[in-house]
Amino acid sequence: MEQLLQQLVNGISLGSIYALIALGYTMVYGIINLINFAHGDIYMVGAYVGFALTTFLDLSFLPSLLISMAVCSILGIVVEKVAYKPIRNSTRIAALITAISVSLFLEYTMMYFVKPDTRTFPEVLESKRMTFLGGSVILDVKNIYIVVITIVLMVILQYIVHRTKTGKAMRAVSLDKEAAELMGVDINKTISYTFALGSALAGAAGVLVGVYYNTINPLMGVVPGLKAFVAAVLGGIGIIPGAVFGGFFLGMTETLVSAYGGSIFKDAVAFAILILVLLVKPNGLLGKTIKEKV
Amino acid sequence: MKKIDKKNITIILALILVYTLVKVLTKMEIIDSYLQLNIVLIGINIILAVSLNLITGFTGQFSLGHAAFMSIGAYTSAILTAKLNQPFILSLLISGSIASLSGILIGIPTLRLKGDYLAIATLGFGEIIRVLALNTDYIGGAIGFNDIPQYTNWTWIFLMVVCTVLVVNRFINSYHGRACISIREDEIAAEAMGINTTYYKVMVFAIGAFFAGIAGALYANYFYFIKPDSFGFMKSIDILVIVVFGGMGSISGSIVGAIVLSMISLFLQSIPELRMVIYSVILFIIMVYRPTGLLGKGEFKISKKGAKLNVSISSK
Repeated sequence: MEQLLQQLVNGISLGSIYALIALGYTMVYGIINLINFAHGDIYMVGAYVGFALTTFLDLSFLPSLLISMAVCSILGIVVEKVAYKPIRNSTRIAALITAISVSLFLEYTMMYFVKPDTRTFPEVLESKRMTFLGGSVILDVKNIYIVVITIVLMVILQYIVHRTKTGKAMRAVSLDKEAAELMGVDINKTISYTFALGSALAGAAGVLVGVYYNTINPLMGVVPGLKAFVAAVLGGIGIIPGAVFGGFFLGMTETLVSAYGGSIFKDAVAFAILILVLLVKPNGLLGKTIKEKV
Repeated sequence: MKKIDKKNITIILALILVYTLVKVLTKMEIIDSYLQLNIVLIGINIILAVSLNLITGFTGQFSLGHAAFMSIGAYTSAILTAKLNQPFILSLLISGSIASLSGILIGIPTLRLKGDYLAIATLGFGEIIRVLALNTDYIGGAIGFNDIPQYTNWTWIFLMVVCTVLVVNRFINSYHGRACISIREDEIAAEAMGINTTYYKVMVFAIGAFFAGIAGALYANYFYFIKPDSFGFMKSIDILVIVVFGGMGSISGSIVGAIVLSMISLFLQSIPELRMVIYSVILFIIMVYRPTGLLGKGEFKISKKGAKLNVSISSK
């Protein structure tokens, strides 16, 4: 029982990270139908920006989180303008390979500049441990920070998407691009905005991971990127609550599996669940079934 | 029976010429061991690209798990030759067959999915195979499989490449091949015309996986050593890049693509730190300026007469 609770605490923290990254995937997919493989690397860049700010400029946690999010959203817009805009009308597979080339570019350019070694993130948050149930369940302040920040960001996102004009434009473009354009929505601006939002969330996830796990390296984005993508698909890609649900679901399943003896198969579990879910509900757990039309 | 016409004779003569040329140059030691290694890699890449082209280019099924079949073939062949001392030809065939079988097993449930979803499911399959290989001690786990006898040589590579290209080419120009192309063009229309789409999708998956398995076996028996991470997600992407670079739905495109991309990475070896950066930029430029690949859907032709053969693929 204690172990289960402890693993749930860890699972929620990991799940928050996945959910934050998955949101970016799902928003981009929803709006331009592109699997943005470079998203995991934007998360990596976010972690490095956070690292640079806290180590070299001695900024505290919150300012570096915000600056890192801003830098990532600019990076997201640049990536979209430079790389994805020219291929917006080409085939799916060409778009996918472009995304992969952007991902490789970010990874290895970063590696060229910061060298491939793993770096240790400074302790910006004091580790305060709280124990429950006679010391068997440990709750770190970091866990609370991660969960609270994730929830705050999600509420802000929800507000932007559902209550603002830009959010309305985003929803309109993801529903029907041509119709939205006819109604006077500026498609290019909306897509840039989507990339900015998604990338800012990824940047936040990067800093949070740096703070929580303390190590960062230039290839850290690959595996969480793939898994966050799996999370987005699990919940139903293109659906914002689906990404959050998928992220938490995946994070918890993974920690539970590793806690109960299957740690070596941790990475396979995510994908096995994905295949099973896709077979039963091809549009994801929260996705709607769309009738095929000729 | 196929008529032996002028075109076939030219092709056969050209093949014999290429084979003996490389053989003689190797004997004369003009082709050193480093170049030999690259020739073997090009050959393996051609087999992988042509077999993936059958799945992705001709049938339009988006697979990101091709390296998994290669991995299955490589490990099967490693076990057969290193642990059970079987002859190479037998282990090649068994590797291909087991890869093919796993292709059928994974294909039957997942091929109902479409587009990006199929891509993710096959990606997941690839990762599962990699994690399983990492955690199986019998095949070395994360340390890798050592001391595999080296059987692969130029002759084997050449034979297998020719065999793969021949089978895929004949398949595409057959009744079944046209059914596959119709699935790519419009699945619903194909179904309406009475084509059993699932059957054909599984069929191309099985054929593609068979040759990927053989490529894996050739790889394992050339490099003495294999490890699960050589067949990860990035390897699948590499193969896909060759296919798209050469042209989806073009066999000669895949061959040219495999050769050109191997050359590029050979030249980039001299600047290891910037290798991947330049590679990604090249990839990006190709995708932006030539998204259909070098040859598009067409085939590289020796004579104009052969053009008729490709009507079925170059339509649209």
